[in-house]
Amino acid sequence: MSSGGPEGRAAAARLSPAAWLRDRIGWDGIAHLAAKKEVPIHRYTIFYYLGGMALFLFLVQVATGILLLLYYRPSATEAFESVQYIMAEVPFGWLIRSIHSWGANLFVGVVVLHMASVFFLKAYRAPREMTWISGALLLFIALGFGFSGYLLPWNTLAFFATKVGTDVPAQLPGIGPLLSRILRGGSDVTGATLSRFYGIHVAILPAITTLLLGVHLVLVQQKGMSVPPSLERKKPRAMKFVPDFLLRDMVGWMIAVGLLAGLAAFLPWELGQKAEPFSSAPAGIRPEWYFLSMFQFLKYLPAEIAGIPGELLGVLFFGALAAVLVLVPLLDRKASLGRPSPWWNRLALVAIAGALVLTVLALLPPPGQVKP
Amino acid sequence: MDVADEEQSRRRWLTYLLGTSLGASFVSFLYPVLRFIVPPVTSEPSLSDIELDVKASDILPNSGRIVPFSGKPVILFRTAAGELKALTATCTHLACTVQYRGDRSDVWCACHNGVYDTNGTNISGPPPKPLTKLDVAVRGDRVVIRRA
Repeated sequence: MSSGGPEGRAAAARLSPAAWLRDRIGWDGIAHLAAKKEVPIHRYTIFYYLGGMALFLFLVQVATGILLLLYYRPSATEAFESVQYIMAEVPFGWLIRSIHSWGANLFVGVVVLHMASVFFLKAYRAPREMTWISGALLLFIALGFGFSGYLLPWNTLAFFATKVGTDVPAQLPGIGPLLSRILRGGSDVTGATLSRFYGIHVAILPAITTLLLGVHLVLVQQKGMSVPPSLERKKPRAMKFVPDFLLRDMVGWMIAVGLLAGLAAFLPWELGQKAEPFSSAPAGIRPEWYFLSMFQFLKYLPAEIAGIPGELLGVLFFGALAAVLVLVPLLDRKASLGRPSPWWNRLALVAIAGALVLTVLALLPPPGQVKP
Repeated sequence: MDVADEEQSRRRWLTYLLGTSLGASFVSFLYPVLRFIVPPVTSEPSLSDIELDVKASDILPNSGRIVPFSGKPVILFRTAAGELKALTATCTHLACTVQYRGDRSDVWCACHNGVYDTNGTNISGPPPKPLTKLDVAVRGDRVVIRRA
């Protein structure tokens, strides 16, 4: 029917509007793919929901983010006031902004869980290496979203956290200072940094995300859902993605919406004090929770280790960790051959435990200081 | 009614419930969004205050200068009596930038000879409206101006 020529056109002219549209957008092909998609049923099936949940929360961020753009003003003199205006004056502004802030945290949390489940279920093994790599890159993008978005309300906490955060790459020899200057849009965190972070947050990262997320989702459809090696030989049953799994997905999404609305209503996201660039940093400056472990780790590093600046070692260490995380499917040869890889699991558990301990330490009041 | 029919009607009922619940949820999401898009009556905040790189003591009595304020010129001057004042410096006639005239203690637009008093009121010449007054304060030794 999609063929050209006078006959095809005459046939198309007789189609009902709905059938015409289906024909034009190739609906049958999409419907066929959707009907073919299946989700295996086994005792770890619940972990398959995390990817869809991350996608849903991301879309919530896109929707609420676009709405916030209608009122937000990205300048050092107006950013704080415009967010204050959204929170206090705009109808449901408190709801939209609090959902955006809470959603960001929930999103990073779900993405981390998604990644952990994919790791321990060895879903990254061949032939899904690229799905993992695109996902790991998306995690860094998500952290970039969090870091850039944190500064946008231009409050004291975010201002100083950004000062620290943008100083970290400056430790790198050679390109470090340049990198820091590029990030800050100058030698210091100023209104220029705010403009830059705004551009990164609403244009650059969304563009990269669209691309990477597209690749990630196409790969997931192409390769189908991975079954953990321990269950692979049993050939588990499967359920249809449409409608069986999708409806279950939607129950989860409804719960997420309820949770976000509840958090926004009962624990509205604070705005804090307007940033005063020429005041000293108040006590208790810290980044978002997902950067706390790194933040704490940097605190423990001595000024110099074997003649190398401690901060530099820290930055190199994080870089190495990130590289290993991205390249796990290529490094873990055993998993690709379908054999268990217990050492990788142990390594991951140590890393997770380390991050948790550092996060808790960062949350505790510093020694010698009693919490008021 | 046979079993197949009963199955059919039960399925229809469930599909109906699912559809209406989804529809209702969608409407409940849409309502705050639509309300959010409509701006509130109170106008959006504009610049609150700007600390100028100007020392208060640098502005001598009966003199003034032009300073930038949110991308627009503002005239900052000290009256003969020693009071610091700030007015928007864009003439309300044809948007020239005004100046402080020490010899007459007024604000004058050189383009078409418009004259304002030190409160910004248009007192002679073509200007149709007064200049907007801004609040001036001194923080440390720096001058801070904010929209009144």
